[in-house]
Amino acid sequence: MASPTSATLGEAGVAVPVVALIGNPNAGKTSLFNALTGSQQKVANYPGVTVERVSARLQIGSQSVEVVDVPGLYSIRAISVDEEVAYQAIVDHPSDLFVYVADATNLERNLFFFSQIADLQRPTIVAVTMVDALQRAGGTIDLEALEEALGVPVIPVVAHKGQGLDRLVEEIESALRDPKPCPPVGRSPGSPVDLTPEERYKWSSEVRSATITERPSPSTTDRLDAVLTHRVFGLAIFVGLMYLVFQALYTFAGPVMDGIEWTFGKLADAVSPSLEGTPWLQSLVVDGIIGGVGSAVIFLPQILILFFLIAALEGSGYLARAAFLMDRLLGWCGLNGRAFIPLLSSYACAIPGIMAARVMPDARSRLATIMVAPLMSCSARLPVYILLIGAFIEPKYGPGWAGFALFAMHLVGLVVAIPVVLILNKRVLKMKRLPFIMELPRYQWPKWRDVWLTMFLRGKVFLQTAGTIIVVMSVLMWALLYFPRPAGAEERYTAEYGRQTSDFRERVSEETYVQQRQIEESYLGRMGKGIEPVFAPAGFDWRLSTAILSAFPAREVVVSSMGILFSLGAEPDERDMVTAVQNATWPDGRPLLTPWTATGLMVFFALCCQCMSTLATVRRETNSWKWPVVMFLYMTILAYLAAVGIYRLSLLFGG
Amino acid sequence: MKIGELRCGDKAQVTGYCDRSDCVMRLCEMGLTLGTEFQVTKIAPLGDPVELCFRCQKLVVRSAEVSGIDVEKVG
Repeated sequence: MASPTSATLGEAGVAVPVVALIGNPNAGKTSLFNALTGSQQKVANYPGVTVERVSARLQIGSQSVEVVDVPGLYSIRAISVDEEVAYQAIVDHPSDLFVYVADATNLERNLFFFSQIADLQRPTIVAVTMVDALQRAGGTIDLEALEEALGVPVIPVVAHKGQGLDRLVEEIESALRDPKPCPPVGRSPGSPVDLTPEERYKWSSEVRSATITERPSPSTTDRLDAVLTHRVFGLAIFVGLMYLVFQALYTFAGPVMDGIEWTFGKLADAVSPSLEGTPWLQSLVVDGIIGGVGSAVIFLPQILILFFLIAALEGSGYLARAAFLMDRLLGWCGLNGRAFIPLLSSYACAIPGIMAARVMPDARSRLATIMVAPLMSCSARLPVYILLIGAFIEPKYGPGWAGFALFAMHLVGLVVAIPVVLILNKRVLKMKRLPFIMELPRYQWPKWRDVWLTMFLRGKVFLQTAGTIIVVMSVLMWALLYFPRPAGAEERYTAEYGRQTSDFRERVSEETYVQQRQIEESYLGRMGKGIEPVFAPAGFDWRLSTAILSAFPAREVVVSSMGILFSLGAEPDERDMVTAVQNATWPDGRPLLTPWTATGLMVFFALCCQCMSTLATVRRETNSWKWPVVMFLYMTILAYLAAVGIYRLSLLFGG
Repeated sequence: MKIGELRCGDKAQVTGYCDRSDCVMRLCEMGLTLGTEFQVTKIAPLGDPVELCFRCQKLVVRSAEVSGIDVEKVG
């Protein structure tokens, strides 16, 4: 991992100069960074924290330069971890050159931070962004006067159109060749006293009025905001847009995900025959490795779609309005308005949802959002609900209650999330709460180049880090389910099958019986039997326990494991499955599942953390194993307690 | 007077700080310095947060977090 020091070593061992892009948040740093460096970005974390260090190499003639996109700051007084890291990247590990990015439409505030940077007296050049936006609003800027006032080179850039980039690169080259310290501004040279904010703003206000002329005109943004943040229309449009986002995740991703599944299935079929000779290797490659890679890649469509939409909404300026509209609703329990999209997305899949939490600059609410995102009922839980509601609720209480039960299952996680966030905020999360200060940026068309880059970067980061963990865990789970497999076991199971009654043989195929016995004898099956007493208070037998255990890596498999365990085969017909769970009994003949225990089982699935891809993503996004462990424990314990509670209630009411 | 008591469209001036919280200090660094005039340009549908306009920028804040700023209505 690259360390945020100056002069990292190049290939030939020559020191590579570091150029840091600094400035206020939303000043256009990232657009400029993308335009300067293309897609050659390297994403790492700053040592010990979750703040990402985004850097890239820029080739200037024969010279290689490392450009770092430093997180935005308003002031050198840091109030959060992110800001502390940004501050250290600026001050403690000095770069060879600062490129200060200043927004022409908000010059007073942008120059306040510049005046603090100027006090460091390091080589600095200024890139002025949004000059085109200023001109569209009827304003002009006198760049020569600005250059004179700041005492450093000033270059106007329009990053997404590539304007001014050549001159900026030239200036970077000459500043690196012949570094000149930036003179302090707003005071007489040598004055020892630190200026107050009032004094700095007095200076920046003067510079602004000397360099910018503005003709006030009613802006499109104000007219749009009159509708989009309106009490009634604003909320209605918001709900409509969120519905579209959700539909895109839930339905548009479906065909692509089916396609991926199909491709990996074909790949497995193609590879499988060549390994026929060594069954364990065949199973390892087909079920463990290809299956594992497939189960990581399967999340890509949703991640890409969500980040496309988020980047587009963010780029257009709407994301901030969504947070403005929703803040009151989510703020009271310690989240904030920006948590809405991550939580909504988690209803399709927690993984893009957790990754989407990075739209929240406040580490504390971001972590709280990440921790409750998997409680939202993702689409992988749906098959279990449909099976159990179809088997136990609908036949007894009718379709009305069945629909209500499905709705209630989707609500359970949300309801549980509220106390979880309250407790996390009170007892667990110790980091500082960041003030909620947000800009509502101008509406504009998203910069599609940035949208694509964000989308691909997120996809790449997911595959590289979370993907690796998912594949490793898949192979591990495969081994638990495959081994031990003593010689002759299969023949023994076949012989056992032959001894069964003809009635049994008619119901259960030989293949399914052998599979069932193999699972029963596998390490996982033994664990399922061993853990049966633990699940007994919830009214689950060893088959349900094993199905639950097998679903810990990915809850998608639960219906197929239940199919095997209830003697139907790995791809059971839905109607057979319903009949099988309805007719399943304890050894003494009592029915295994009643509407009560079925509800308990559903609530267990709703709350339990049965998705290692989620845990791998949390590990990646929080840069620590602590939070995935906490998440796994609290969700699993809650799920268990809820299932036990429901079963105990059923005993109480004789259900 | 506090910012939470202002109505949409009201103009006011910062007259002092009674609590130098992070939020208040940050707003000061962002330009809401002593004596700065600002306008309340939006109030969210659910009553909070509010948007303030000063020094040609608009910032959204929660009224509870800016209760450390004393203001006075002008005009």
